[in-house]
Amino acid sequence: MIQILDPLLIVVLALNFVALGVSRIRSVINAVALQGMLLGIFPLLVHPELGLRGVLLIVVTVGLKGFAIPGFLVHAMREAHIQHEVNPVVNYMSSLLLGAVGAGLVLVFSYTLPLAEQHSDLLIVPVSLSTVWTGFLLLTTRRKAIMQVVGYLLLENGIFLFGLLLLEAMPFLVEMGVLLDLFTGVFVMGIIIHHISREFASISTEHLTELKE
Amino acid sequence: MDAILHNTVHVLLALTLPPLLLGVITKTKALFAGRVGPPVLQPYYDLIKLFRKGSVFSTTTTWVFRAGPVVGLVTAVIAVLLVPLTNSTAPISFTGDLILLAYLLGLGRFFTASAALDTGSAFEGMGAAREVTFACLAEPALFLGLLVLAKLSGSLQLAGMLGGSLASHWPSAGASLALVLLSWFIVLLAENCRIPFDDPNTHLELTMIHEVMVLDHSGPAFGMILYGAALKLFIFGALIVRLAFPLVTGLPWLDWPIFVGGILVVAVAIGVVESTMARLRLTHVPVLLVAACLLSAFGVILLVR
Amino acid sequence: MSEVLVLWAIALAASSGALGMLFRRTSTSGQWVSMLLAVLGACLGLGGVGVFWTTGDSQPIVRAWPAIRGAEFSVAVDGLSAVFLLPIFLVSMLGSVYGLGYWKQAEHAMSGRKLRLFFGTLTAGMAMVVIARNSILFLFGWEIMALAAFFLVTTEEHDKAVREAGWLYLVATHVATLCLFGLFAVLRAANGSFALAPLDPDRLAPGMATAIFVLALVGFGLKAGIMPLHVWLPSAHAAAPSHVSAIMSGVFIKMGIYGLVRVTSLLPNPPLEWGGVVLGLGVVSGVLGVAFAIGQHDVKRLLAYHSIENIGIIVMGLGLALIGRSLGRADLVVLGIAGGLLHVWNHALFKALLFLSAGSVIHAVHTREIDHLGGLAKPMPWTALCFLIGAVAICGLPPLNGFVSEFLIYLGLFRTLGNREGTSFAEAALAAPALALIGALAVACFVKVYGAVFLGTARSDHARHAHESPPTMIAPMGVLAACCFVIGLGPLLVAPILGQAVSAWDPGLKDAGPCLIALAPLGWITVMGLLLTAGLFVVGVLLGLRLRYSIVEKGDTWGCGYIAPTPRMQYTSSSFAQMVVGLFAWALRPRSRRPKALPLFPQKKTDFHSQVPDTVLDEVVLPVFRFGGRLFSWFRVFQRGSIQTYLLYIFIALIILLLWC
Repeated sequence: MIQILDPLLIVVLALNFVALGVSRIRSVINAVALQGMLLGIFPLLVHPELGLRGVLLIVVTVGLKGFAIPGFLVHAMREAHIQHEVNPVVNYMSSLLLGAVGAGLVLVFSYTLPLAEQHSDLLIVPVSLSTVWTGFLLLTTRRKAIMQVVGYLLLENGIFLFGLLLLEAMPFLVEMGVLLDLFTGVFVMGIIIHHISREFASISTEHLTELKE
Repeated sequence: MDAILHNTVHVLLALTLPPLLLGVITKTKALFAGRVGPPVLQPYYDLIKLFRKGSVFSTTTTWVFRAGPVVGLVTAVIAVLLVPLTNSTAPISFTGDLILLAYLLGLGRFFTASAALDTGSAFEGMGAAREVTFACLAEPALFLGLLVLAKLSGSLQLAGMLGGSLASHWPSAGASLALVLLSWFIVLLAENCRIPFDDPNTHLELTMIHEVMVLDHSGPAFGMILYGAALKLFIFGALIVRLAFPLVTGLPWLDWPIFVGGILVVAVAIGVVESTMARLRLTHVPVLLVAACLLSAFGVILLVR
Repeated sequence: MSEVLVLWAIALAASSGALGMLFRRTSTSGQWVSMLLAVLGACLGLGGVGVFWTTGDSQPIVRAWPAIRGAEFSVAVDGLSAVFLLPIFLVSMLGSVYGLGYWKQAEHAMSGRKLRLFFGTLTAGMAMVVIARNSILFLFGWEIMALAAFFLVTTEEHDKAVREAGWLYLVATHVATLCLFGLFAVLRAANGSFALAPLDPDRLAPGMATAIFVLALVGFGLKAGIMPLHVWLPSAHAAAPSHVSAIMSGVFIKMGIYGLVRVTSLLPNPPLEWGGVVLGLGVVSGVLGVAFAIGQHDVKRLLAYHSIENIGIIVMGLGLALIGRSLGRADLVVLGIAGGLLHVWNHALFKALLFLSAGSVIHAVHTREIDHLGGLAKPMPWTALCFLIGAVAICGLPPLNGFVSEFLIYLGLFRTLGNREGTSFAEAALAAPALALIGALAVACFVKVYGAVFLGTARSDHARHAHESPPTMIAPMGVLAACCFVIGLGPLLVAPILGQAVSAWDPGLKDAGPCLIALAPLGWITVMGLLLTAGLFVVGVLLGLRLRYSIVEKGDTWGCGYIAPTPRMQYTSSSFAQMVVGLFAWALRPRSRRPKALPLFPQKKTDFHSQVPDTVLDEVVLPVFRFGGRLFSWFRVFQRGSIQTYLLYIFIALIILLLWC
């Protein structure tokens, strides 16, 4: 089971680059959704001995990360008439390279971490940290508020991945908390985006600076 | 004796099979679109027809224009002799043949692009500029992949790098190899001007790459270009097949069909990609190629960490 | 024997221009005398090198030099010197023959004699640098060479741009010399004498080796034009006459490489980081050099940036060899040094060829602007062919010489991976894809130049009235092109010579020649080169026959439906380069001036202008110097301009000195 994990983690890493490199918001959301689904089934691979409760939780995670939240975002896009283009502050090539540099550094850094014996070979830590880094990049270098929600999602995916290492110590409790927080966050964000777009006829965060007075 | 037979099969297959790949790609696309499509052997008919036609040469051109197709074809033919198709070695194999392979294709590119500029047409200049620019990004991706194979096999010969020992590395270094496979597939699409990089069937010269570069060639010279392009597709396809299905049976009568089957699968895969994707906007092409470089770079990093 | 011949060659080269000074300014015989003397000297020098290679022994000549304490007149030819002597004499010989047609005394009465004087001096100085075995003698040769080059760059001193280029060069070369003073002072402290001899590891104080390495890297790197230190190079090469550019780019900047190679051969046990730094610098120079080259509009500036790229490739070879020595891997040392030094030769050959061909173009059309040319392959077929050979060679494509040296460096880089056991420094292998990127960018750049200058149709009246150059200019180009083929098709011929050079660099490696042949399949390169040539010939003939026996029509280039195309509508070199320049915009910082948006039917003429200035010069060096200038501006207080004040200063200085004593 554990051998298949590395290729899957590579896919997760590749999806990070997709999220940084593509120009359509829909594609970014799809990539993040796919990543979420993959992450959802990871607990099963790391700890195959999980019981019925585990399976149930996996179903919930996949459902939320893979379908509910992305679906909600797509809905928000349609409702708020957001255009397809991502509109990055830093162009695609540079964000891709920034993401790659970050991932490379993380890869080097993670070998210096004192990890448990059974995790030291795996790519979980570098991939999770580079997902967090990608999330940060999306948060900081994209103009549209909806992309910031997507950035938060990626951030959360990274933290989820890191949480896999702690699965034995603190089963799902923490994780569920995070998920619920996030779900609420997305919910609130969606509403805000909707309202912003109604008030300002645009959801570019650059216009939000007008509110600073 | 075995070696002679093997090399004969290699040469025959390498020289006759390439146009079939084009036919299979077209057929796959036609089936996806719900059409019958031209026969699979259509590229052969096209080549024969072109070699029997007369030609038109522009008055602005010099001998460089005629040298373009010749160099493109000869470099591709020699390059195809360097690539191992099955577990055994290629007809020509020596330490460092991988470098010669890449540089032979570079020589072909130099002359094809120069021939395009020889016509003085703005469109062909545009095509040439795109071709050489995108190759700049595809080349590092190819070499990064070669680094992974060299590290795994400890060999600097394509025969050793893509030989049977590769199968034993898939379980342990699968992640790296998968990354290289993905990256090389992108390189294949880019170097052979397939969707999403270039649409060979579009009708607008402004958006083409390879097709617009060879706009003024006609007759036998154009046939040579088409055939050279097919050979190039075959070379990259063979690399992918060796990388993805490094199966070894040791039985020649089984190895060759496996290879032929593999390369047809690659052709169908290209057809599927072409049917399901749209052509990228030209400004996004470098992004995808840089992503290909990054993929194989991560393959290297995972391996040498 | 070889030393004596080389010294005679130096004497003849140094005097070649001086004898020409005795003739009248208007007479052309002075030019012939100078040329014959230079050719004779170069032949003697080449003979000396040949004697060394065939007999293999050298008898160092050591004479006392009482005028300076510690200095000795000590010269010797060894494997390394010989490798560098060959291009010095070959290119200077061909350059002086080329000068007969390119810089005719009748047309350049004012500058011709001066040009030939310093051309000879430059050759002599370089040869002296290469055979000197004493640092004082080395510095003498170095300064003669550096100053001669300054006068050569400023040949056309009436032009302001030329004067600025010369000024920039002069500053750079003196910074380099300053570093060399420091370097040789430290060397003397470590060695106890000014002799250029290997250092004893026991006598090295800590930090001394690093100081020597850093000073050598900066001092020689400035001369060689390694990327951040290259600021003087593009404008100097563009400003000089073409055969001077050829010798400067082909040979002169290699003196920096020679210095680096020589000094690193003296240092014992280099740490791994040095190799890493040198390799990294090589990659940076290579990639950015060619990227800057693509953005240029001036054909000679473009070629100058390619020199930076090729220096990068050579430096990569040196870095590889240093890594090999740190790891104790003989294979890396052999491949690195052999590849790097072979690239020194190759670059001397094809870059000289390219500069001479570019000179031939400039001679015919009187402009260096690529976008004003076009279609020159028809009026100038030989120049076009020579340029094409040089372009294919510089891109490192088979079957020419550039491929061989890049092949050796690739093999070495791949070998740093090691297999699962054994020492390795796998990070170095990442330079291989960088080299591939350099190669592909070079192809892009030379397709652009060759296409824009020689193919298509003429874009201006200059280009329309071009004519082929005289045989005195074509012949030297032909010799260089033939040399490119010889090395490209017969690399086994040069393997023993490179082996001697490797042994001279790392005395621990005695049988480097056979080792090189065992490591690199040079025989296969010959086989493949011949196969490629034969294939091209056969297929070419077949196509020719097919065309002869079928209907061939002449027509216009297909205009995609547009019926009134003009030559101005051809794809220009700047459009060709635009995508690559865009990819490297983070480093190149291209500037462009675009027209404002026009109405549907524009009434006024407008223009578009783009350029890629040198980022390091414009955004680092000049601001730093300007800041320095402001910082020291209060010094101007002392500059009164009146003679009385200055006399007062002298008086005060004397008083202070008296009090001090």
